[in-house]
Amino acid sequence: MPPQSRLPFEKDIAEMEDLLARLENGADPSLGVSEEVRRIRRELMNLLRKKYSDLSAWETVQVARHRDRPQTLDYVELIFEDFVELHGDRAIGDDRALRTGFARLADFRVMLIGHQKGHSLKENNECLYGCAHPEGYRKALNKMRLAAKFHLPVICLIDTPGAYPGIGAEERGQAQLIATNLLEMSRLPTPIICVVIGEGGSGGALGIGVGDRIAMLEHAYYSVISPEGCAGILWKTATEETKPLAAAALKLTARDLFQLRVIDDIIREPLGGAHREPREMANTLKAYLLRYLRELRNIPIPELLEQRYRKYRRIGVFEELTAPQPVAASSAAQA
Amino acid sequence: MLGPRKISNSESAARPKRGVPEGLWIRCPQCKATIFRKEMENRFNVCPECDYHFYMPAVARIRQLLDSDSFEEWFTNLRPRDPLNFKDRILYADRLKAEQAKTNMLDAAIVGKGFIRGRPVVVGITDFAFMAGSMGSVVGEKLTRAAEEATRLRLPLIFVSGSGGGARMQEGILSLMQMAKISAAIGRHDQAGCLYISILTNPTMGGVAASFALQGDITLAEPGALIGFAGKRTIWNTVRLELPEGFQTSEFLLRHGFIDRIVHRKDLRTEVARIVDYCGH
Repeated sequence: MPPQSRLPFEKDIAEMEDLLARLENGADPSLGVSEEVRRIRRELMNLLRKKYSDLSAWETVQVARHRDRPQTLDYVELIFEDFVELHGDRAIGDDRALRTGFARLADFRVMLIGHQKGHSLKENNECLYGCAHPEGYRKALNKMRLAAKFHLPVICLIDTPGAYPGIGAEERGQAQLIATNLLEMSRLPTPIICVVIGEGGSGGALGIGVGDRIAMLEHAYYSVISPEGCAGILWKTATEETKPLAAAALKLTARDLFQLRVIDDIIREPLGGAHREPREMANTLKAYLLRYLRELRNIPIPELLEQRYRKYRRIGVFEELTAPQPVAASSAAQA
Repeated sequence: MLGPRKISNSESAARPKRGVPEGLWIRCPQCKATIFRKEMENRFNVCPECDYHFYMPAVARIRQLLDSDSFEEWFTNLRPRDPLNFKDRILYADRLKAEQAKTNMLDAAIVGKGFIRGRPVVVGITDFAFMAGSMGSVVGEKLTRAAEEATRLRLPLIFVSGSGGGARMQEGILSLMQMAKISAAIGRHDQAGCLYISILTNPTMGGVAASFALQGDITLAEPGALIGFAGKRTIWNTVRLELPEGFQTSEFLLRHGFIDRIVHRKDLRTEVARIVDYCGH
């Protein structure tokens, strides 16, 4: 079934999907699949393969934000069993943009933490499009500590445009709660696997994004700032021209992050993006998670934490000069 | 680590003051009074009329915060690169050169060891003058190394933050990951039972606020500093509401329970020394 909301760069694809749908609906099922239908299916596949193997950074951002793209609760439905949602941060409230709870994945009992954006307008409003408040980050850390206490691995599914920018969020310590999560996750004594399933929006993503394995779905993005925000600052205005420029400059695709050695793996998406085949996507994700749950289970905790420390310790690109530089704070230093 | 380098406290070492308008007289942006520049400088860049805290360069801050001639600068050999080949309207590489020429620094952080009223401490300072004090790979690396050295030497760690934007856009995701890197190093310093005092100055925003600046055992702030996660424009664009009076200031954070004390710049040395003594270093 063709996705309900088409992306602006998918005009050719959309036309062909419509044509195919019409032919399939009109056809007499007893006659089997006609040669015509088979030909169009092949062409559609070729078109999708061509387009999706070479998305621009800005197109990737649009796919990552697609309304029908599977979200945390879709994965709960598709691959996790016996989800026991745990609400509340024990201080302020229950953030609906971040969901947490026990879940089973095959033989593993895990703590699942994930952003939820919602598919319908009603859900979007409830979840604030996946923009969590300090309550969400506090809740996430509470549940992660609970997981560590009972030796359950933590799975974080990241999908947020960013932490919520609002008056209440600032009053209740948005920066403070994210800062605390970064520090505590860096030493949480249980395995943590993080996957960016859609949008990896800056501090709001990193706030549940420190772990032992970091992966991105093929068409997800992960960035220090949204392309809109970056365009607004560096190009002075966010327009249809400047947003793609900012997206490209930020190097925010899964391939970019893999090349920069920030993520460990890129998880392949079904042809034409996760939103076209959520079930297939979920199964690929499940296989990935199981592989690393098995691998990480065998590493003693002190070693796991040492590896986690090393993993972040090496990130960064700079030049290390062999002699002190006269350009540095030297006018003061030499005095 | 390279050999010890000294930042002298003598006046002859003074570099040109940045962020303060030239001339004999200046106008205070807060009380609008016309003040004698020399007098303001003698009060650690604080307005004599209303106590407005002007910007203070990292080097001047070291001179003010630490005992005379006690600072040994570390890791002076780290220079930023342009890993993304970032280009907006100008090249990041060119922007770096211009900032280096303007500030006489290689990047936005200075770290090292010194003494505060005779107490040994490891210090890290971000300087707003260099790309708004934003954190890229070099800032992240220097602060991380400083935290690691403080852990190894079992010394108190003092970070003075001043950063407009937080993580530096021009180094993309690498900047965001510096937040995690430095957090992990501070976590180890904490685990070792060492004291970390974070001093927030105007402004401390975004990814800097959401990482090392708010991970202190003790969080101090200078009066009237802008401190927060999201920028005011971003918030306004989202909620379209008038922001409350004094929103995201030191006083606002104190009222909401996120900092321990607001400390006038002239009292910082004494306050830090008192706290270090309480924490048994």
